[in-house]
Amino acid sequence: MARAVPAPATGFGLRRGPLLWVVAVAGFAALWLWGDAALPWAFEIPRGWRPPFAGWIGGALDWLTDEADFGLFTFRELTRFVSAVIDVPYQVALGLLSDGASVFGVPVPPVGWLGVTLLVALLGLALGGVPLAALSGGAFLFIAVFGQWTSAMFTLASIVVAVPLGVGSGLILGIAGHRWKRFGRAIVPVLDLMQTIPIFAYLVPILILFGFGPTSAMIATLIYAMPPMTRITMLALHRVPGEIVDLGRMIGCTRRQMTWRVMVPSAQEALMVGVNQVIMLSLNMVIIASMIGAGGLGFDVLSALRRLDFGAGLEAGFAIVALAIALDRLSQAAAARRPPELQSGGFIARHPFVVAALAVLVGATLAGLALPAVQSYPEAAELSTGSFWSEVVAYINVHFFDAIEAVKNAVLLNVLIPVKRFLIGLPWLGVAGLLALAGWRLGGYRLAALTGGLTVLIAATGLWEEAMTTVYLCGISVVFAMLIGLPIGMLVAERDRLWAWVRVVIDTIQTLPAFVYLMPAVMLFRVGDFTAMIAIVAFALAPAIRYTVLGLRGVDRSLIEAGEAMGCTPLQILTRIRLRLAMPEILLGLNQTIMFALSMLVITALVGTRDLGQEVYIALTKADAGRGLVAGLCVAFIAIIADRLIHAAASRTRARLGLADGGAHDAA
Amino acid sequence: MTTKRLSAIALALLTSTSAYAQESTDPIKLTLHDWTGQLITTQLMGEVLKAGGYNVEYVQADYLAQFAGLETGDLDVAMEIWETTGREAMDAATATGNVVNVGPTGMQAKEEWWYPLYMKEQCPGLPNWEALKEPACAEAFGTAETLPKGRYLGGPVTWGGFDDERVEALDLPFEVIHAGTDAALFAELESAIQRQAPILLWVYAPHWAPAKYEGEWVEFPEYSAECYADPAVGLNPDLAYDCGKPFGDIWKVAWAGVKDKWPGAYSAIEAFTISNDDMGAMITEVDLNGQSVEQVVADWMAANEATWQGWIQ
Repeated sequence: MARAVPAPATGFGLRRGPLLWVVAVAGFAALWLWGDAALPWAFEIPRGWRPPFAGWIGGALDWLTDEADFGLFTFRELTRFVSAVIDVPYQVALGLLSDGASVFGVPVPPVGWLGVTLLVALLGLALGGVPLAALSGGAFLFIAVFGQWTSAMFTLASIVVAVPLGVGSGLILGIAGHRWKRFGRAIVPVLDLMQTIPIFAYLVPILILFGFGPTSAMIATLIYAMPPMTRITMLALHRVPGEIVDLGRMIGCTRRQMTWRVMVPSAQEALMVGVNQVIMLSLNMVIIASMIGAGGLGFDVLSALRRLDFGAGLEAGFAIVALAIALDRLSQAAAARRPPELQSGGFIARHPFVVAALAVLVGATLAGLALPAVQSYPEAAELSTGSFWSEVVAYINVHFFDAIEAVKNAVLLNVLIPVKRFLIGLPWLGVAGLLALAGWRLGGYRLAALTGGLTVLIAATGLWEEAMTTVYLCGISVVFAMLIGLPIGMLVAERDRLWAWVRVVIDTIQTLPAFVYLMPAVMLFRVGDFTAMIAIVAFALAPAIRYTVLGLRGVDRSLIEAGEAMGCTPLQILTRIRLRLAMPEILLGLNQTIMFALSMLVITALVGTRDLGQEVYIALTKADAGRGLVAGLCVAFIAIIADRLIHAAASRTRARLGLADGGAHDAA
Repeated sequence: MTTKRLSAIALALLTSTSAYAQESTDPIKLTLHDWTGQLITTQLMGEVLKAGGYNVEYVQADYLAQFAGLETGDLDVAMEIWETTGREAMDAATATGNVVNVGPTGMQAKEEWWYPLYMKEQCPGLPNWEALKEPACAEAFGTAETLPKGRYLGGPVTWGGFDDERVEALDLPFEVIHAGTDAALFAELESAIQRQAPILLWVYAPHWAPAKYEGEWVEFPEYSAECYADPAVGLNPDLAYDCGKPFGDIWKVAWAGVKDKWPGAYSAIEAFTISNDDMGAMITEVDLNGQSVEQVVADWMAANEATWQGWIQ
């Protein structure tokens, strides 16, 4: 990324201080080419200079988990208490959806597949009419028909607890951050770390503190999925129009009324983007959650792929996607719904859906007692793709392997390996200098200190080579993702129907566990960087497309019409007007593409890359929490450097284009 | 399930409830991982404990992350910790005093370089390891990235295994590529077998792969502890690791509190043993013949009643 990220920065720099950059790059090249003999420490920090970060962090964690004591109770007792509290709603949800429960000694059966499906469809009908009812009911029917019901209800039970918790705590943190600016500034870097440190890095301490089981998995999910909610809340409250705030003041709202009756409702639309992200990211965690005792669909995916049963893996994977899409569309509809008009009549007339839902609930539960087929979907009516998908992969493998291998080798030998060698050979001192210079040109001394300082810190951990491998793998993947995503975004931005379809596709690849397509990819491309790159590109494509579309659609129509009036060709309108005006969003899309690519590192470690993700994974297997967190922090530092530089570049572009500093986009 | 078996279980239930009345009725939590052999071992133990009147709960857990749970007593028993892959994590856990090694399962973990049988045509000297030193043979195993060297697909870095060192010590013209997970390892194997393409990789047993595919293990100079520790021992006087991989036990481990909380269950777990052949047959039933784990476990218990009755005495 040393090259990939500051690229836009170089553009601005050249305009203002071309000489400065020429000198800097020349100095860098001189250091790179001839510095090895004179300044060997600029390439690799000698062992003796490296502070023992891993030991410090490991020691601090041991203290926290074993010794920290508040007098009345220990830290671990506190976290165990939190864990027990979260377990209560989870057990209730699980009882309702899957296990049944015993209320005052009377066994109550679970709602059963037919009841749950009808309830979801009813909810869809209430929120969005027949199309939504068909979509959400259909998604649950799909899960039942493909025999994923039991596992899906395990997953759903933890999601219905984790998502409200994530949304609620994210909202409260965000409101606090908005009200107390100092607090808001303090939590931003913490949110960055929560989102970018790979989860494997802090899994062991979490398991010790919160116990082994679904609650730990939920805590881990919360850490990963909550930050977007907090960020969006702060941003959305910040952007509530001044007139509304003034109005609130004039009619004499108290602070509490101001927050909950004025600010939050007027920011609702943006807040729902946060809810969507929390849902998507929670479902993203399903696989990792299953590794620490959450069970459910994630476990099915893992065990199917260990047997190389691609069909079973794909079916469980698509059940996750079905859950994601149903929950997302339902929550979107709930946000878009206008408050219902007051209706006259009795309770039934005023609340038809509540009454119908209660009727379904009671009816399905009672019917389930009599008819087992209502309770659990009959096995005889289940569908399965069987060995079909394994055979498809086998067919491609047998017939097209040589062609695939030729393409792969060409990319590998001509692009991947040279870039990797080049980046790994760069001196950390020079890279830190260039990044600091880019930071200074784009954002002043503070940014320079941040980017340069973090680079030095990475080098000081002794993980420079792993860090550069990470930069190489993610950097190339981001380039490919942008090369594919930008044209697709341009193509669909103006075509509503096409965009609706593309959205389904990118929602799918975002929630389909990467493992599902990673193992067939290993069969076709072998273990190695190329396979890892495919997984990263597939995952990071979604934001590249999404933000391009967002930017292009937001371009003021009158400007395009003005262009047409002046006789611009369609190509000129695209390149001179639309792309230019959409540049801030596209840059933020680039930012998100980088974040998504970095978050795939944990998965790529599973196909054998030698980057920071692998380092985190090794530390996990050796139960060395200090080492894992150090590597995890390096990943976070890379993300923060890229994020801050792109942010600075985007706001400069925005200023240059005369646009207001809007950015509902640093969403995720 | 036969009536005879049911009555046997009922009998066992009766006797054991009286014998172990003082023991805790809390569920004993056994961990399940994601490979078939382990699922069978664990459910076998679990069903035997159930027959002995204990309350048993299965918890899905990651192979290595589970130690955090075993140390705090959130989890109670893990049935398969392989000498070859889990030693380090197990030692770290037992060193805390909160986890104990309950002894071997009786199964031997075998792991070594493995090739499909059709590769013998191109390397007639196999399975003797010296055949791999032939340039023609090494090239047969090569790919664009590794040529003129051969390609050996090693296990995940986390498994250790000293393959990089072995290649250097035995001066083999091979490059070691590490798969990230066991799934990736066998995905490559399946892919190569489908195309009858060359492959040389790390395979372990008990596992379905050596049962499903025809192939052989490379025969390296036999492992000894000295060969790993002392450079002077073995073919290469200057380097260690100039021999094959060790075979090793598969261990049972438990939370240290199990012994006091359920003493009878603890001795049953201690007594549990099963042979590689029995396990291999059961894995084949599940992975290749499509039987469910529960069914295979029930069949084994019906056929070997005397054996498991002995464990819970």
